[in-house]
Amino acid sequence: MTGKVDITLNINGRDHAISVEPRRTLADAIRENCGQTGTHIGCEHGICGACTVIVDGDPVRSCLMFAAQAEGVPIRTVESLASGDTLHPLQRAFMEHHGLQCGFCTPGFLMLMTAVLEREPDISDEDILDVLASNLCRCTGYQNIVKAVRAAAAEMRAT
Amino acid sequence: MPDAKEKFVGRSVTRLEDRPLLLGQGRFSADVNFPHQLHMRVLRSSHANARLLSIDTSAARATPGVHAVWTAADVADIPPIDFRLSKMAGLDGYRQRVLATDRARYVGEPVAVVFADDPYLAEDAADRILLDVEELPVLLRADDEPGEFEPGRSTAAGDVRKEYGDLDAAFRNAHAVVALELGVGRHSGVPLETRGAIGRYDGAREVLELHGAAKVPHWNRDQIAGMLGLSPSRVHLYEGHVGGGFGIRGELYPEDVLVCAAALRLRRPVKWIEDRREHLIAANHSRQQLHRIRAAIDAEGRILGIDDEFFHDQGAYVRTHAATVPDLAAAMLPGPYRVPAYRAVGHIRLTNKTPGGTYRAPGRFESTFVRERLLDAIAAKTGIDCVEVRRRNLISSAEMPYARPVETLGTHVTFDSGDYQGLLDKALAAVGWPALQSEVKRRRDAGEAVGIGLAMFVEKSGLGPFDGVRVTVDTSGAVEVITGAASVGQGVETVIAQICADALGVDYQRVRVVHGQTDRIPYGMGAFASRVTVMTGEATRLAASNVRAKAIELAAELLQTQPEALGVVDGAVVRNGAAAGPSISLGEIARHLSPGSKTLGGRPPGLTAEGWFHTDHMNYPYGVHVAVVQVDRETGAVKVPRYLVAYDIGKAVNPMLVEGQIVGGVVQGLGGTLLEEFLYDDRGEPLSVNFADYLMPTLREIPAIEVVISEDAPSPLNPMGLKGAGEGGANAVGAAIAAAIDDAIGVPGAIKQLPVTPQRLRALLRRANTAS
Repeated sequence: MTGKVDITLNINGRDHAISVEPRRTLADAIRENCGQTGTHIGCEHGICGACTVIVDGDPVRSCLMFAAQAEGVPIRTVESLASGDTLHPLQRAFMEHHGLQCGFCTPGFLMLMTAVLEREPDISDEDILDVLASNLCRCTGYQNIVKAVRAAAAEMRAT
Repeated sequence: MPDAKEKFVGRSVTRLEDRPLLLGQGRFSADVNFPHQLHMRVLRSSHANARLLSIDTSAARATPGVHAVWTAADVADIPPIDFRLSKMAGLDGYRQRVLATDRARYVGEPVAVVFADDPYLAEDAADRILLDVEELPVLLRADDEPGEFEPGRSTAAGDVRKEYGDLDAAFRNAHAVVALELGVGRHSGVPLETRGAIGRYDGAREVLELHGAAKVPHWNRDQIAGMLGLSPSRVHLYEGHVGGGFGIRGELYPEDVLVCAAALRLRRPVKWIEDRREHLIAANHSRQQLHRIRAAIDAEGRILGIDDEFFHDQGAYVRTHAATVPDLAAAMLPGPYRVPAYRAVGHIRLTNKTPGGTYRAPGRFESTFVRERLLDAIAAKTGIDCVEVRRRNLISSAEMPYARPVETLGTHVTFDSGDYQGLLDKALAAVGWPALQSEVKRRRDAGEAVGIGLAMFVEKSGLGPFDGVRVTVDTSGAVEVITGAASVGQGVETVIAQICADALGVDYQRVRVVHGQTDRIPYGMGAFASRVTVMTGEATRLAASNVRAKAIELAAELLQTQPEALGVVDGAVVRNGAAAGPSISLGEIARHLSPGSKTLGGRPPGLTAEGWFHTDHMNYPYGVHVAVVQVDRETGAVKVPRYLVAYDIGKAVNPMLVEGQIVGGVVQGLGGTLLEEFLYDDRGEPLSVNFADYLMPTLREIPAIEVVISEDAPSPLNPMGLKGAGEGGANAVGAAIAAAIDDAIGVPGAIKQLPVTPQRLRALLRRANTAS
């Protein structure tokens, strides 16, 4: 048996003291040990991007990181985006532009773009495409995701 | 006074589903947990064809935290998984058992299962199971000489046959014959959420629960009950959020039955979540067919007869769909054209690959590719323009309803309505056909390999035979619609709420739609064959109309007026035509109708009613795809800068969602046309086991997709004129892209095999260069 290590994950501003095997992925720890199931696991090999969370300001595939590696750095997940009943501009834009169907990939896209737009609010439309091409969606055909992200980016720049 | 009718139907309102999904509050299979649950891990065969000599599970059993390890001997009493659709004599012997018994027939077949306290641990323990096998020769091509499935049973499982008319005369009298051999590659739906199943036996209620259900929960309930010896009323299936369906998800698989059996026997909840490698080798594959087709034509390019023989690569077992895919391929192949004489023979062949089932537009993606390639070949043979050759063969609107003397899915294929020429005109106008042609010609003259392709098709939707719905207004005025439908992410809740809202006279946001819960409604058909909007939609309209009538009847008594004088607007009964005046809210009426209420009278209690819709026929939407492609002659890469779909679905309940279905379908179609393929090496080892090998389209591979939603031909088979929208986006992508690539490289009929990967196209270009 692999021994467990005690670590503290800071997710959305809250500390979670957990005991995990060193091999436990960050995605599993966020979901199973910390109960934040909005982060989804689609491939477990870093391609689909459904598990994207923000670690220390960077969008990260949480299936490719061990939980133990994330100790001491702030982690943000989809559960942090809305404030109370008020949706984040990206969430609202995804709804208005029908940027989701089954919704499984959606948290990954939201966290990917949240990190990128915070870092690069003036990102060009063309660069948005490059960023979005790093995650997979199987339902929408992407067209409405692009519309939603561009609309949200414009709105976030204006405010 | 606002018009109570069609306030919401026909409008692109935002979805009721979205909020929880955006907030991270969805409940997908992996999000379901129960106290003291065990985790199941499946040991899968790593051999494509092998006799199982012995299985040593002792090391796995001895692992701390492991509670049980099962092999076939432990589940010998569980029968194989039965067929749900398109049963055919002779197929029973090819059904899959939940664990391989004496022989494993594909890499990925479940051989043993481990139940442990933790999923990591279960996986470790499964690695400690020792299998002793004798490898057998593999059969990997459906058109190869059949082999032995088991002693006395050939891999040639049976033939699907559809025929009518005098085919011999057609070929005898033909001006010319066009013959093609065409193949479609093996690919599948690959939803982004892998499968998952959580079985739980509730000893307090003596009920077995399965969570993680999708698509057809009621059918699966009955099957699980039968397989495990329980009465159906003691088995309940629960559908949570479903991360994409596309036909493959929600069918009854071995793992669903295993978690249920384990929950019953081990008396602990049992959770199984598939990993991606498992998904790509264990969940249904689809599409792989090889067609040899011939058409007899007259001098004007009119089809006199079509003769098609095809080999359907079913994989290692016949699963729940039985003959569905080849049957649909054969029945729908003639498409929108007049085909006076027809014969299709589809050979269902077992191979040592993952078993197959349906994937969005099953049998039609394949047969549209074949038929439209044939039409292009007829055009090339006769020198007639590709649009004109289609026009000459299209069934006209005057011929509707058009009965084609074939059957599929237990229904006669009778096209209920359609104006195929009209939609072709619309598509050509929308894409700017003449200007596009000259632009492409100009660019080709300048050396670019750019081309246009067009394809037409008839889809099918609204499969019956029934759907039932209960609509209830509670005392707060909130509306609950209980359906036997299922949701796979396509927007069921919103569309059903829109229909209910208009029929009842409330805001659609007041309507909550229940689906996929077998303990809320005893009957249900689920979500497949683009049926929900049509079938559940009409049942909802009927139920909501009944509720409305009940509300008005009571209100008339309270207001001492005639029911005809009253209507329901914004959730309250009001006098028709009165700007102001007395109104009674539906919540108040529900209170009047409570059991024990003095105003109830002799009425059955509750502001509630059912609606049932029955139909013996499917209906038939139809469409046109136009693709523009650019080929890189060096790399063999195909870019698709532009794509247009014109689709007539009779009546769009929510155009935004219809467009979403079409665009999503096109991109999946592009995957199967250019990228996605389950490949095997010569020992039957799967080569496409992760997303680096199995390539699905990203944003960088998709064109600008234009959608023309047409409502020229409402279905006469339901009052709203609805047809389904789910599959027309995927249907003709292979056909249209193939035609466009032919055009781009200037080699008519070049594309004979999907997907058109860069390697295939480069080889083809090299051959074309050598030939010229």
